[in-house]
Amino acid sequence: MSLGRRSAAALVAATLLLGGCGGGGDGEPKAASGSGGKVTVEWWNIGTTEPLKSFLARMATEYQKQHPNVVIKNLPIENEAFKARMTTLNQSGKTPDLFTTWGGGVLKQQVDAGLVKDLSADASSWMGSFTPAALQPYQVDGKTYAIPADIGMVGFWYNKALFAKAGVTEPPATWSAYVDTVKKLKAAGITPIALAGKEKWPGHYYWAYLAMRIGGLAALQQAATDHDFTKPPFVEAGRRLKELADLDPFQKGFLGAAYNTPDGQAALVGNGKAAMELMGQWAPSVENEAGKGLGDDLGFFPFPAVEGGAGKATDAFGGGGGYAIGADAPAEALDFLKFMSEPKNHRDVVASGAVLPVLKGVEDAVKDPNLATVARALSSASGFQLYLDQAYPPAVGQEVNDSVAELIAGKKTPEQVAQAITETAKSE
Amino acid sequence: MRAAQDTSRLASPPGERRAPSPAAPAAGAAAPRPSRGHRLRGRLTIAAFLLPALLLFGLLVLAPILVAVYTSVFKWNGLRGLPDDFIGTANFERMFADEVFLGDLWRGAVLIVLSLAVQLPFALGVAMLLNQRMRGRAVYRMIFFAPYILSEVITGVLFSMILSPDGGLANLVLGTVGLESDWLSDPSTVMPSLFLVMTWKYFGFHMILYLTGRQGIPHEVTEAAQIDGAGSWQVFRYVTLPLLGPTIRISVFLSVIGAIQLFDLVWVLTGGGPAHSSETMAVTMFQFGFKRYQVGYANAISVVMFAVSLVFALVYQRYVMRRDTEGAITAMRSQR
Repeated sequence: MSLGRRSAAALVAATLLLGGCGGGGDGEPKAASGSGGKVTVEWWNIGTTEPLKSFLARMATEYQKQHPNVVIKNLPIENEAFKARMTTLNQSGKTPDLFTTWGGGVLKQQVDAGLVKDLSADASSWMGSFTPAALQPYQVDGKTYAIPADIGMVGFWYNKALFAKAGVTEPPATWSAYVDTVKKLKAAGITPIALAGKEKWPGHYYWAYLAMRIGGLAALQQAATDHDFTKPPFVEAGRRLKELADLDPFQKGFLGAAYNTPDGQAALVGNGKAAMELMGQWAPSVENEAGKGLGDDLGFFPFPAVEGGAGKATDAFGGGGGYAIGADAPAEALDFLKFMSEPKNHRDVVASGAVLPVLKGVEDAVKDPNLATVARALSSASGFQLYLDQAYPPAVGQEVNDSVAELIAGKKTPEQVAQAITETAKSE
Repeated sequence: MRAAQDTSRLASPPGERRAPSPAAPAAGAAAPRPSRGHRLRGRLTIAAFLLPALLLFGLLVLAPILVAVYTSVFKWNGLRGLPDDFIGTANFERMFADEVFLGDLWRGAVLIVLSLAVQLPFALGVAMLLNQRMRGRAVYRMIFFAPYILSEVITGVLFSMILSPDGGLANLVLGTVGLESDWLSDPSTVMPSLFLVMTWKYFGFHMILYLTGRQGIPHEVTEAAQIDGAGSWQVFRYVTLPLLGPTIRISVFLSVIGAIQLFDLVWVLTGGGPAHSSETMAVTMFQFGFKRYQVGYANAISVVMFAVSLVFALVYQRYVMRRDTEGAITAMRSQR
């Protein structure tokens, strides 16, 4: 046995051993440094699909043309990857200069860590032009930490042709009518609902909406402060969702399905293989991107009311997207945001169908009839609740997603779901 | 024997060890003793050459391990500088009361057993076949080894398409004989499916290890056995297999450590689902660290992962690989 071979074996062993505790961070160091008199604004966003992608790119180009000393480094990153990279970067005590945020619990943690700039004073002159619902997710303790760019709500996107084929003439307005619709679709040999079980967040919409319809907005707000999710509305929401899941309404193999892959939730609806999905205002554009798109066959109806529930059918559940500014970002970052929020520019992106209006008086720019329905439902909403996985602290939001996914998979009872979320909420 | 002496010498107090007349009779005594200054210069040279590597090693390997161990006893979201909410062993108590984590340990054990019982014997069998003189042998070797070169993420994406329940290649082909399955989408089939993909990806690597080991066995040995009247099974069982021992031992080691740390493939294929049924320790750690911002708890999981790997590595090296690595670390001095 030669020396070389023995050393090699030891070396291999040692290397593997030390690799035992993998999972370090890869926070890319970056700084908004002015090199050569130029100011760079690094901008992380999730505009990876059209038409938003080219709008954002155009904004960056136009702004740079007007301000030759500024370089906008536009980095569109896919949603899930964005969240993972952002977490890593935050944990090294940094943020990009300008970045997408959904507000709520995650933004609050970033604020508490001193990573985000308070915009209340600097943007006060033009903050008043946004609708209150659009600004709400970014307000922490009376201060505003981001500028809204999109706002919307979750509802059912359905295939009119498939509904007609199953003999459903109008979209259901109550939960029992909804369950009937699912049964009729199944009887007609149509997959009623597409669901991305692998990604968990689409499933939490059902539970959250049911809790909202049964207990009203007050129940959700109450739970956010007393951390008690074992109250009747939450358990009842679980029971109703279990009733639905027991009908086996989802596509084959939905537990492993992703959202925007070629065989995922959006593509199934977009290709006419499933009759509906519960999704936010971006659903049509993802259906077009991942699948063929339904064109005029696509319709929208709000989440039905639950009989005897305290919540109104006009209460909206959703969220938007906005841009926050890193604590150490150059002043140009805010100026660029102001530029993007100019009515002319916002009107353009609204007209393209990429986002819904966050500015007052731009509602008429919504061209697509379905999105116009969403915009109308939103502007006439009797109340608004931010996505639970954004509104609550991240651990609670993820527990909601995880537990509801297990409920749908038949691995947890409605009571266990309520218990698990309560435990996490109390320990945060 | 020499190894035992070395260990005892390392264990003795440092002052005694530095003494000019140490109890190192085996190697040192025979060589002419160098002068004190000469030896000091020698040590300085060694230190100068080691320093850069040691610094990097300390900064990139040791420091993160220490930070992980330190933060594992805190409740910490990873933001706001160093943690200050000390909670003692609460993270570890929580971990060993958590069904998901206990499930991770069980699933890890299952994957290890399957790897050792199915994947490695299969790789060995293929290696023996491809060691025969046959047409196109190099092509086969290359084809079987190719999956190992692919990144885990590409493998994951590839198989999530192949195993897609609706219109995936696997169901398209197997559907013709009525053997459709939900593969990764069903809690009861996800682990076998995952193991299938793991085997596809890694058996080629172990095959190459065995092939190389097999080719290191001199022809004379097997020929001698054949002349003595041994059949091909007997040659394999009593000559090839024992001589492949060192290769098999390192291959088992790599396989086990790989299974303990499995992450990328699972993350891309299933994300740990459905309903945690394919989650591994590393996936759980990622979930808590990056999705829930419970970095203290995630670090506690990583500490346990590290401890499991470390204990396995030490025990395995001490009792199984002893003959293969004996003297590897101390050989330098004996040659001086």
